[in-house]
Amino acid sequence: MDILEIFLTASFWTAAIRIASPLIFATMGELICERAGVLNLGIEGIMVAGAFTGWFGAYMGMGLWGGVALAMATGMLFGLVHSTLTVPLGLSQHVVGLGVTLLATSLTYFCYRVALPEVTSPPKIEAFQVWEVPVLSEIPVLGPALFAQTPLTYLAFATVAVVAYGLYRTPLGLAIRAAGENPAAVAAQGLSVTGLRMGAVIVGSGLMAVGGAFLTMSAFDSFFFEMVNGRGWICIALVVFGAWRPGKALLGAILFAAFDAFQIRLQQTPLGAQVPYQIFLMLPYFLSILALVAMSRRAEVPAALMVPFNRGDR
Amino acid sequence: MTGAEAAQVVLRLDGITKTFGALVANDNVSLALEKGEVIALLGENGAGKTTLMNILFGQYTADAGTVEVFGQRLPPGTPRAALEAGVGMVHQHFTLADNLSVLDNIVLGAERLWSARSDRRGARARVAALAERFRLRVDPDARVGALTVGERQRVEILKALYRDARILILDEPTAVLTPQETDDLFDTLRQAIAQGLSVVFISHKLHEVMSIAHRVLILRHGKLVAERQVARTNPRELASLMVGAEVTAPAVAPSEPGASILHLDAVSTPDRGSAPGLRDVTLDLRAGQIVGLAGVSGNGQAELAALIGGLCVPETGTLRLDGESPSRWTPHEAVQSGIARIPEDRHKTGTIADFTLTENAILECYRDGPFSARGWMNWRAADRFARGVIDSYDVRCPGPGTRIRLLSGGNMQKLILGRVLEPGPRIILANQPVRGLDIGAVNYVHGRLLEARARGAAILLISEDLDEIMRLSDVIHVISEGRLSPGFARGSMGAAELGVWMAGHGFDEETRHAS
Repeated sequence: MDILEIFLTASFWTAAIRIASPLIFATMGELICERAGVLNLGIEGIMVAGAFTGWFGAYMGMGLWGGVALAMATGMLFGLVHSTLTVPLGLSQHVVGLGVTLLATSLTYFCYRVALPEVTSPPKIEAFQVWEVPVLSEIPVLGPALFAQTPLTYLAFATVAVVAYGLYRTPLGLAIRAAGENPAAVAAQGLSVTGLRMGAVIVGSGLMAVGGAFLTMSAFDSFFFEMVNGRGWICIALVVFGAWRPGKALLGAILFAAFDAFQIRLQQTPLGAQVPYQIFLMLPYFLSILALVAMSRRAEVPAALMVPFNRGDR
Repeated sequence: MTGAEAAQVVLRLDGITKTFGALVANDNVSLALEKGEVIALLGENGAGKTTLMNILFGQYTADAGTVEVFGQRLPPGTPRAALEAGVGMVHQHFTLADNLSVLDNIVLGAERLWSARSDRRGARARVAALAERFRLRVDPDARVGALTVGERQRVEILKALYRDARILILDEPTAVLTPQETDDLFDTLRQAIAQGLSVVFISHKLHEVMSIAHRVLILRHGKLVAERQVARTNPRELASLMVGAEVTAPAVAPSEPGASILHLDAVSTPDRGSAPGLRDVTLDLRAGQIVGLAGVSGNGQAELAALIGGLCVPETGTLRLDGESPSRWTPHEAVQSGIARIPEDRHKTGTIADFTLTENAILECYRDGPFSARGWMNWRAADRFARGVIDSYDVRCPGPGTRIRLLSGGNMQKLILGRVLEPGPRIILANQPVRGLDIGAVNYVHGRLLEARARGAAILLISEDLDEIMRLSDVIHVISEGRLSPGFARGSMGAAELGVWMAGHGFDEETRHAS
C-alpha cells in the first residue's frame, strides 16, 4: 500500500476520530481548569479512575450511561480533592496534581483487585455501539469518520462546542477566564475566586474522567492496567498547543490522533518490515513536540495560571 | 440645588478600628461624605488610608465600627454588598485582566453569573454612553495589556460607573499618571461631581488635594487628626498636619560644577518596540552637579537610564568615562566604575520582594569583598552592612532579616538609597527616586541626593515631576522622542517654557541652527 494512500481511506480517518475522542474530553477538562488558573496534573490518574468506574458501573448493571455518570462523579470527587488543596489552601499545584494522579491510579488498581479478586482476565461489557447518522454518514471518507462513531464521540464534539460557547459567550465563562488572568479583578467585582476556581476544577476533572471512560466503554470493552498510558500528559500538551482555546485544542487532538492512526498503518507497509516498530510508536509524540514548538510561540498563557489567590493579602 | 439636598450624607463611617497583629491601622475613625462632594484623605504612607477604604469596600473586615451607605448599614467583608450599594473603588494597583478586552473587563461581574448569554451589544452601547458623558475616551475592543497607564485608569473608572457607582473611591489615582493624564482625570472627576457623584480621593500630593477636593481629612498613624476646608487652608499647613511637625524642604544652594565624569557624544540607540531609542544624544555629567531630565514618560528616559546603567551600548556615538571609552559596558562594569543606580521601579528591578533586607542590601556587590571571598558568602559582613544602612538611612523595619516586601515604599527606597550611596558613588542615576513616596520621605531622599552632590558626585535625576526637576537641578535637559534639548541653567526656564520642549517643539529649530 502506498504510504500517502493511507490518508484517503475512510478507515484511517474513522480511527483518527475514535482515537481523538478521549483526548478531546480530557483536553477540554484540563483547558477549563487552566483557564481558571489551576494546572491540574491529576489528569492522568483521574482518567485511570474514570476508565475503571465507567466500565465497572456498566459491568455492575448501571447501564452504559449510568457508567459514564459514575465516571464523571468519580472525576468530580477527585476534582474536589485537588481544588480544596490548591485553591482555598493554596498548596503547590504541581505537588497536589502529581499526588492526585498517584492516589487515583493506585486507588483504582486497589479497588479493581478488591472488587474482582478471582479473575485472571478482566470481564467484558457490552460497549457503546457505532451509531450511524442517517444520510450524513454516507459522505465519502469524512462521512464515516465523523458520523459513524459511538455516541460518546458525538458527545465529545458537543462538549467542545459547549465549552467554547460557555467560555466566550456567557458571563460565567468571562468570570472563569478572568479568574485565570487576574483573580484580584474578579474579587474586586464581588465574585468568589475560590468558588469559580473550585467549580472549574471539579467540572474539568469530571470531563477528564469521561475521557478515561471512553477507553473502556467505547474504544474497548474492558479494563486493563496501564490503559491510559500517558494520554493525560498528552492532553496537557494539547492545551498548550491549542493556546488555551477550545477549537484549536480540538484540532490538536485530532492531529495527534491522526499521527497515531497513521503510524499503526505505517507499520503494516513494506517500510514497516524494515524499521523497528518502536520508531513508529515514537512518531506521534515526536511530531507533537515539533507541532508544539511551532504553535505555542505566540500562545498567551493565562496570566495567573498556578498563582494561588488569597483575599486580604497585603 | 437646595440646601437640604446639598447636605445629604451619602456615606458615613463610624468608629472604624482595624488592627493587623500589633499594628493599629485604623483607630476609631469616623467620617461623613456628602452628595456631590470630594473629600481627600491625606496621610503619609502607612497612615491607614488604604486600609480604611478597603474596609469601606468590604475587602477587609473592621474589628469595630460601622459603614453606612445612603443610610443603609453595609454588612462587613463583602465587596459585592458595597458594589450593590453604589460604591466603586479604583485601586492603586489596578484590578484589570491584561489579556482581556476593555469591554470584557468592564462587564466582568456586572451581569448575572448564570445567564446563558452575555449581552455584548447592550454593554457596548452603555459603555459608549458613559464614556461620552464622563469624557473617558477608550477603545472597548483594545486589549487592556496594550493600553497606557492613563487609559487603564479610565477603564477602572468606567468599570465603577458601569455598575452605577454613586460614590467613587480613588486610591492614589495620580501616583502613576503624567501631568497631562492627571489633568484629564480631574476633568472627569469634575464632570462626575457635577452629575451628583461623590468622591473620596486618597493622596499625599498636596497641590492635587488643593485643586480637586472640597474638604481634607488628615490621617496620621491610623487616627483622624484634623479636618480642613480646602478654601481655608494651605499646602504648608496640610504638610505639617500630615507629618505631625513643621516640614521644610531641604535648601538647594548653587553649586560649582567640577570635572566631567561621564560624557555621551552623539549617542543613538535602536528603537525598542514603540519606545523610541536615543537620537544623537550629547550629555555631560559633571562632578558636584545635578542634571535633571524632564519629559513625558516613554520618550527615551528608560533607554538613557539603561545606557548609563550598562544595560545597553550605543549603536553609534561614544560613551566616555573620565575621557576614556570603556571596552566592555555591562551593569557590572557600570557598578564597578562607581555608578549608583536608583531604579525607576523599586518593586520590579530595585528589589527582590521575598529576599531579606540583608540580601537586598548586597544585591549589587555580593560578588565583591567583603561580602564574598573565594566563592563563599560572608553573611556576617553583609549583615553588618545592612544594619549600617538601616541605622544611617532610617529604614523603619523589624530587622535586617525581614523580607523586604513587608516594608512600605518609602522604607524600601531608603534601603535602596543606602545600598547605592554607602559605597560613595561618583555618578548617581536617580530614576524617579521619589515616585509614590510621601512628603517626609521625599524630603529625605532629596536631602541625601544634595549631600551626595556636595560630596562631588555627578547626579542624573530623571523625573516626570517638573517641580522636582526645577527645584533640584543645576542643569535641565528635556527629552522628547529620544532627542535631548540643550542644557538649561537653573532658573533660566519656567515650567511653561519647558512644557513646550516636552511637547516636542524647539528641537527642529535647534537642528537648523546647528547646520
